[in-house]
This record gives sequence, structure tokens and C-alpha cells, in this order.
Amino acid sequence: MSKVHVETRINGERMEFLCEPQQSMLDVLRDNLRLTGTKEGCATGDCGACSVLLDGRLVCSCLMLAVESGGHELTTIEGVARGDELHPIQRKFLEHAALQCGICTPGFIVAAKALLDENPNPTEEEIRFYLAGNLCRCTGYDKIIRAVQDAAKTLRGEAA
Amino acid sequence: MQSFAYAAPETVKQALDVLAEHQSAGRRVQVMAGGTDLLVQMRTLDGSPRTIVDIKKLAETNRLDVGASEIYIGAAIPGAELSASKPLAVCLPGLVEAMDLIGSTQIQGRASLGGNLCNASPAGDTIPALVADAGVCVIATPGGQRELPVEQFVVGVGKNALKPGEFLLGIKFKRPAARTGDAYLRFIPRTEMDIAVAGAGVSVTLDAKGVCTAARVAIGAVAPTVILVPGAAKALIGSSLDDKALDAAGAACSAAASPISDKRGTADYRRKVVAVLCKRATKIAAERAKETR
Repeated sequence: MSKVHVETRINGERMEFLCEPQQSMLDVLRDNLRLTGTKEGCATGDCGACSVLLDGRLVCSCLMLAVESGGHELTTIEGVARGDELHPIQRKFLEHAALQCGICTPGFIVAAKALLDENPNPTEEEIRFYLAGNLCRCTGYDKIIRAVQDAAKTLRGEAA
Repeated sequence: MQSFAYAAPETVKQALDVLAEHQSAGRRVQVMAGGTDLLVQMRTLDGSPRTIVDIKKLAETNRLDVGASEIYIGAAIPGAELSASKPLAVCLPGLVEAMDLIGSTQIQGRASLGGNLCNASPAGDTIPALVADAGVCVIATPGGQRELPVEQFVVGVGKNALKPGEFLLGIKFKRPAARTGDAYLRFIPRTEMDIAVAGAGVSVTLDAKGVCTAARVAIGAVAPTVILVPGAAKALIGSSLDDKALDAAGAACSAAASPISDKRGTADYRRKVVAVLCKRATKIAAERAKETR
């Protein structure tokens, strides 16, 4: 089986990799590039644990072939923090205890970032609908919603 | 033995050539747009090796035109982009809403209208809206192009009318006449992220007095394919969309339905619900028709 050479940008850095034509972006991120922050939940696009941004748009990396990333720009959970400083969304997830087992958390944070990038002041309903593609079996969602609301406030510069 | 391969042609001719080469060599080939159905099916139902032809790099499958006389939606355009188009929301709001009902934000980032149609699920949400809006498939063929009304494109559960070597370029519509509105409603047991138990797409045109002069009604998830219900349209045309006309249109939908019973609902329930959805969707479409010039 012949491997495909792919050139892409991930978290602002130029990246090259070899992959099988049928390999998902998720598998290449985790297994080839060792960017294991992105999680596999269902591998069928239902749970959102593998959420990444493709040219700024939220997608499931399990529902994308790695070869499709050629010439595009990906942002994964590893690209959300600024160096050693957590992104406000990450900080608020910690402060609000918006996670328990943590498997869904990277996907939620990437999805929340996509939401707040396009809508800095979402209503609770808008947050719940936007994040409906991210499943969490521990928290009951409430703390996640509070964390996103609080992060939005911080990002708007309204409160600490 | 065939192994997996990926091709991302940049012209329609290149895409057709890849399809033709595989066809003549007897090798498996499959066209992919957003991939949100294809990759799941490849992983869970049939993982046999094939060449995947990604049509997202073609101009013809990415073009979105809302012109003075015609609307064209490229087959590979994701839902997120359709939802962001203001001209499309003005002309075909029911279709845009139908697309937006599919899956999560993540799915909307990839899933295409063309893919939802080609996947040909009986419950595909965009299909009743496409039929109600009289969409016409523009198909790339080895000899050029051919066109086929959407209601003739879906021929069975998961089966479309594409012949080997062909693929869907896009869907075109006549720009809706003055005082025309469309709507699509589906029933699911929750508010998001589920598959339709039943669905109804309606387009109506009213005259200045509010009398219905043209209508198309299509129902989904209640038969092996989405079906156009001429009897429902007939009940609406000539009426002012009063309760009597709406009841008759709903009854025509129930009569046209041949649903199955499954975990989502019984056949009887689906037959009832599809009538209610037809009536409600007609009311919404009529309100929209009054708002447009």
C-alpha cells in the first residue's frame, strides 16, 4: 500500500507527514504526529471528542481523511493555550470544575473556542445548541455551560 | 488486489477520467464531498478498498449562485456555508433550515447538500425541501451534463439515479416567483441531533389576495424514498389555505405515505404525524410567501 505525502499547517507550524489514503485525520494526529490531546470517542462523528478547527471551522477529525488536510490549516487543543498560559476557556473549565474524566474536554474547549470566536456573547440556549455535538457523560453539562459563559465574559473584558 | 487511494481532481474532466479509468478496470471508486456519511459507512458497514474521489476542489461543486432567474448550489458546499448565505436565506429559507437540521456544528462544517441527496436516505432532511422547491440535479456525465428533477434522482433506499462514471455537480432551481415561500418541518423526539420520524417540505405561491396559485408538497421518512404528493398540492391550489384545504392536504400526505414501524415510531403514528407536519409547514411557507414581494 502506498503512503501519501501531505503538507499542512497545524497550530501555526508547517507539518509534513506520510499516511495511508484512508487514514482519518484523528488517527494521524494521534498516532503519527503524537498530538494526543485530540481524543477518539465514537469515531462516527457523534460525540465531538475529536473536534478540531479546519481553516477556523469546527469539524470532527474522525470524519476527515488526513490527506484532505493538505494545504489547509488545523488547530488542535494543543494550539489553544498561549505557550504556558492557559486560554481563558481552559482556565474557566478548571475553575468551574467543568470536567470529571476529561475525555470530552479537549473537544469541548475547541468547540467553545469556535463558538466564542464567531459569537462573543452567546445566550445559554445558543451555547447549548452549538455544543450539542459534544457529548459528556460525567458532568451533566451544567458546569460546562457556566464555564463557557464565564469564559465569554472574560474574553469580552467584562470580569476577571 | 486493489488498495485504498485518494484523488482530488481539480477539473470536472479529471474527475470523470478517474471514474472512467476505474470503471473500465473494474476497480472500486467512490465520490466524496463532505465525507460525513461516506467515512462512517466505510468504517462500519463496508471497509473494502477503493479509490476515493474528493470533489471539493472543483469550481462547479463549490459554486453558490443566487441569480435573478436561477439559483445554483454546488454539490460539495457544506451546510455551514449555506446557512451563512443571506441571499439563499431570502429565496429558499425552508431548504436552508432543512440542511441546518442535519447533525451538529461539527457535521455542518463538512456535510454537504449534495451528499445528503446522493446518500438517498428515506429520512434525509434536505430531500423533501429540495423536491418542494423543484430542485433539478445537474449531473456530470462522460458525454457532458444531464439534468434530472430531484424527485426522480432518488430511486430507492440508499440508491440514486447516478450511473457508473457520473457524479452530481450541483442542484439548480428557478428563482422563486413573487409571493412564494417554502418550509420544511420534521418530527424527532428531541430538539436536536436525531433522524426524522417523519418530515414534510412545502412550497406555496400566493396571489395578491392570498389565494394559493402553485404548490409542491413532499414528504420524507414515510416511504422508501421521499415522495412528491401531487394530491396535497391540488388540495392547496385555489384555496386561501384555510383549515379545510390544509386538512385535505394533510390527508393526501397520510394517504400517500407507506411507512414502516420501527424504533422511531409506528406506521400509524407516522401517517398521522406527516399530515400535521404538512399543515404546519404549509402555514409557515404561506407566511413567508406573504413577506416576499
